[in-house]
Amino acid sequence: MTAAAQVEGMGSESTRRFAAMAAIWIALALAPYWMPYVGGYTALGTRVLVLGLAAMSVNFLLGFTGVLSFGHAAWFGLGAYGCGLLLKFVAHSTPLALLAGTVLGGVLGGLLGALIVRRRGVYFAMVTIAFGQVFYYIAFQWSSLTGGDDGLRPFYRAPLHFGFVTVDILQNSTAFYYFVLACFAAAVGLMGFLLRSPFGRTMVAIRENERRARFLGIPVELHIWIAFTLSCFFAAYAGALYALVNNFADPRGLHYSQSGDFVMMAVLGGMRNFWGPLLGAIVFVVLQDYISSITINWQIFIGLLFVLVVLFFPRGLLGYLQQRRRA
Amino acid sequence: MSLLEVDRVSKQFGSLVAVREVSLAVAEGELRAIIGPNGAGKTTFFNLISGFFPPTSGAVRFDGHDITRLPVTRRVALGMARTFQITEIFPELNVYENLRIGAEVTAGYRLRPWLSRGETAEVKRRVEEILEVTRLSAKAGRLVGELAHGDQRAAEIAMALTLKPRLLLLDEPTAGMGDQETYEITRLVRRLHRDGKLTIVLIEHDMRVVFHLADRISVLDQGALLAEGTPKEIAANAAVQAAYLGKAA
Repeated sequence: MTAAAQVEGMGSESTRRFAAMAAIWIALALAPYWMPYVGGYTALGTRVLVLGLAAMSVNFLLGFTGVLSFGHAAWFGLGAYGCGLLLKFVAHSTPLALLAGTVLGGVLGGLLGALIVRRRGVYFAMVTIAFGQVFYYIAFQWSSLTGGDDGLRPFYRAPLHFGFVTVDILQNSTAFYYFVLACFAAAVGLMGFLLRSPFGRTMVAIRENERRARFLGIPVELHIWIAFTLSCFFAAYAGALYALVNNFADPRGLHYSQSGDFVMMAVLGGMRNFWGPLLGAIVFVVLQDYISSITINWQIFIGLLFVLVVLFFPRGLLGYLQQRRRA
Repeated sequence: MSLLEVDRVSKQFGSLVAVREVSLAVAEGELRAIIGPNGAGKTTFFNLISGFFPPTSGAVRFDGHDITRLPVTRRVALGMARTFQITEIFPELNVYENLRIGAEVTAGYRLRPWLSRGETAEVKRRVEEILEVTRLSAKAGRLVGELAHGDQRAAEIAMALTLKPRLLLLDEPTAGMGDQETYEITRLVRRLHRDGKLTIVLIEHDMRVVFHLADRISVLDQGALLAEGTPKEIAANAAVQAAYLGKAA
């Protein structure tokens, strides 16, 4: 292939990528209007966005740095509690609550992450599960603050003040969807921006070949720690949004089975793919919503689907679709 | 003055002494070959120099600095780059992207969230320059994992070059190659040495390559330094012949 042909090839590739991006954002922006026609409803779309963002935060680490955290529910759940506690006890402000949740989960994640960045593979995953369970039991036992097993309530998301206009996001589910979509877009935009930066490229280098990365002069532990911490902030931010979705935070949001759900969404959709986890979250949440209205054993069906995807589409649903298009 | 000075280093794994009191000095601009039978401790010796693990005893000095216990990233910053016996690359990235990472790290951009236009252009120029030197320009857009073995080895050397090394350590650069590929890599190493004025230490099994390239040769046998000298001296050395042919000296 000549250099010119190469450049041309890249050109059509980037056009296609741009078209795909535009399609995703348009679909998300119009979701409240088209979802009812396929049996969905706005609140379901909101849940997909929030859980999809959490799965993307796990994948920021798993798919792009090659590090598996099996305890991201800890940061997600801490984000939810941080958000709820602020709304309940401190101030009736949605932006402040988001900030409080994000900072609580992100900072604790960063601090604990510093202790474990030398661990690899299964050992890293095991320690992250343990951390997650520690926070689960704290939330479970500390009833006076967290409400224990009953969860933290009551608190309600506060209206948004833009100076000239006040938007009610508590009763108006469409307005709330667009608020969550804006929050989602900001986080996803930042994530994409980071992955395209020189720092993001060192993350991929570590995923691809840690030894080579080290011998290129990259202090691998430091870079894994930064990636882990960023990922914790994203997870905590998603958790804070989740508390707003439910007007509720409970210990199960911290539990390792919740972490497992995030990993499952990432793998279902395709973990080498930026948008894969969002697709995984759509499949997961929609199936859960639909099947759980028929039987309480909905997890059997999702588990079965997961096994099939891992066996037959190891690169996930989105990875499979892309491979087919190239072939 | 010597760029690399190794002073009586030993490495012991349990009861096995893999490297025993080896000393060596490589001058600036020299091309040194390290040879020896299988299991002579050549790669272990390389690992001690490049910081893969520290020696049990002895010292390593690079450009006057004591680097014996320095971590890898600090050695890289001082100007030491290496390749491995089994190619270590980023298989799912293309050749250009493989080189860009090293170029960005070397330029000090590894923690940067973005680059200015000028900085991006500077990195690009640097990568293209190395693609040119290593004759990989035409393959810049290909995934490294899908290249032929010889091109993967060349790509690994190219990645090492993005670090602007003062010392290049090559662990069996022609391992597993056919005649044509061996010839290409030999020519590349010679270009880097002659035209690039690069100091190179290489481990090599192919004696044609060694005698064609090396200024001096060090022979390791059973973890110890058996002989050192010019290719002519080594070819005439009775102990070396004995070690290779397995006869008593």
